Amino acid sequence: MKILLVDDEHELVSALAERMSMRGINAEWVSSGKDALEKLQGTAYDLAVLDMKMPKISGLELRKKIQEIRPEMKYIFMTGHGSSDDFNAVYSEKNADCYLMKPVNIDLLIEKINQSLEETEIEV
Amino acid sequence: MSFWQKIKPTFLSYSSKGKDAVKLPFDVKRIWFFAIFLISIVSIGPLVSLAIFDYTVTKNDTEKEIQLRMEHLVDHVAGTVSFFLEQRKDVLSYTVYANSFADLNNKEHLANILEGLQRSAGGIVDLGLIDSTGKQLQYVGPYDLLGMDYHDKRWCKEVREGKKRVYISDIFLGFRRAPHHIIAVKQGLPDGSFFILRATVDTEKFKELLSLMNIRETGDSFLINHKGILQTPTLRHGVAMDKIKLSIPAESSSLKVSEEICEHGDKLVVGWAYIQDSPYILMVIQKKKDLIKTWLTTRWIILGILSAGIFVMLFVIIHVASYLINIICKESQKTMMVLNEVEHSSKMASIGRLAAGVAHEVNNPLAIIYEKAGLMKDLFTYKEEYSHDPKLMGLIDSVLTSVERCAGITKRLLSFSRNLDITVQTVNMHAAVKDVLGFLHKEAEYRSIIVNIDIPKDIPDFKTDRGKLQQILVNLTNNAFAAVEDEGHIDIKARRQNNENIMISITDDGCGIPPKNIKRIFDPFFSTKTESGGTGLGLSIIYGLALELGGKIEVESKEGKGATFTVTLPLERGENESPPTDERSWDLEEPIQ
Repeated sequence: MKILLVDDEHELVSALAERMSMRGINAEWVSSGKDALEKLQGTAYDLAVLDMKMPKISGLELRKKIQEIRPEMKYIFMTGHGSSDDFNAVYSEKNADCYLMKPVNIDLLIEKINQSLEETEIEV
Repeated sequence: MSFWQKIKPTFLSYSSKGKDAVKLPFDVKRIWFFAIFLISIVSIGPLVSLAIFDYTVTKNDTEKEIQLRMEHLVDHVAGTVSFFLEQRKDVLSYTVYANSFADLNNKEHLANILEGLQRSAGGIVDLGLIDSTGKQLQYVGPYDLLGMDYHDKRWCKEVREGKKRVYISDIFLGFRRAPHHIIAVKQGLPDGSFFILRATVDTEKFKELLSLMNIRETGDSFLINHKGILQTPTLRHGVAMDKIKLSIPAESSSLKVSEEICEHGDKLVVGWAYIQDSPYILMVIQKKKDLIKTWLTTRWIILGILSAGIFVMLFVIIHVASYLINIICKESQKTMMVLNEVEHSSKMASIGRLAAGVAHEVNNPLAIIYEKAGLMKDLFTYKEEYSHDPKLMGLIDSVLTSVERCAGITKRLLSFSRNLDITVQTVNMHAAVKDVLGFLHKEAEYRSIIVNIDIPKDIPDFKTDRGKLQQILVNLTNNAFAAVEDEGHIDIKARRQNNENIMISITDDGCGIPPKNIKRIFDPFFSTKTESGGTGLGLSIIYGLALELGGKIEVESKEGKGATFTVTLPLERGENESPPTDERSWDLEEPIQ
């Protein structure tokens, strides 16, 4: 499986990616929505972990754009805010698998990623 | 308890310093007094003014009437007395004109004349014929006065000197030594000399004339001369020939009425008139209070009715004012309580927004610390030289634990401040409570805590946000578990309130809440368990959740005897109903501190 981590806090997202790699997960990271879209042009990912609040392109906007080019992808959202708008936005859309509060426990994140991808396989 | 204490309006005892009291935006006592004063002035004022006006007018009319009546009376009596005297004078004048001196000097003839006069005009006691020297030549009457010499008597001198042809005397004793009046008529003779016919006026006749007046029991009427000597007997002002104690009225051709104060201090109404061609003054006296007795009686009746009316009006005014002010007071209290609650909610919302901002700002750096520390741990774990260093791993774990603790706090802050749309669904209260206890039954067993559930079957399923309700119940139940000792008791009850609300109460027999903390217990960051890690957000979150669900939460407690938290929720939430939400969402519950 191949995971793309997107968060404007590159210190956070780089550490997360490295920790996931240590656990045998192929994880790459970018620190903006624009970089994520560029990366997706050439590479296919199974799942994207997106921060809800990012400058220029938010996590939700980014998901819409990704869906246009990679409709099969799954998503996990992270937020440090947890507002009702975020919550409702995630649950009102399809393919919204999970919503995690920062700071994210790495084991929980991996568990959620696995759950999400397993569901995909069953659906297939 | 005094009478005032019994009738005193309750709001006068209202104090804004009580436990649940609210400060009213106005001074209740001042408004109450002002309302009573104003209503009294506008209602009783005109009534009293009218009464005073009527009193004054009636008093003036009564006094005028008294004066007119007295004038009429005096005029009538003066006329009668004057007529009486004029009649006797005329009769005597006619007698001396119609009878010769010789005839009059005949005792038998004179006696016949006296008898004729007594039978016709009356009022004459005796007759005497006196010559020009003043010697009484002939006399008919009850006294032995024949031959008496009157030449040195004042009346005789005046008649002899010719000052008056007809003379009416003051009262005097004379030879008979009894008070009497006389009328003397002088008649000339052909030889140039003269004689005098003297008649004694019957004093009783005077009395009769004066007693014929229609005067009241306390009244008096009599004659005085110009020097104030009483000419007739009186009832209360002395005997004949005494000097009267009242002032002597000035000579006037017309009758007068005036007021005087007698020696006993009573007001007297005095009417008087000079009797023409006589030395007499007629005086009619009556006590004023006797004359205005009817008016006085009426006055007391009116005063009584007025007083009773004022009393009834004051009673009604005070009661109506008290009733209205009481309503205003109660409504204001309610309004102020609502305002206080709004203020409290607003304060909580402000703190919530602040908390959310802080939590959000802290969360990102916290996440970086967490991930970096996690990465360090991973690195140490995967590198042989560090993986066996327990101190290093302990330090990393300590950082991670602290970050997780901080994350817990930020999650609570966010939970406190969040304002999720209500997701309404049908909830069964019994099932909701059982779900909550499912988390806690192990602890209950372990600590031998007895949990009683009292949810009647008539509690209907109701519409609310299941997640928030469960959060409220979990947190309150957790608090109850924390409050009770081992083998303690917790009662969970649900009751319908009217047909609109449902009440859920959770009672414990634990340590209770001190009175000084009761008012602050729902304030954010208020905690008595700071030493054991309490954040003081738990109950404030529940408070916010209860408000979000359209309800409220109240607490009752006695220190050392336990506490009861009661949540009141509406049976109908009235929002868009939606299916149960995904269990994966918002799992932020932690034991409330």
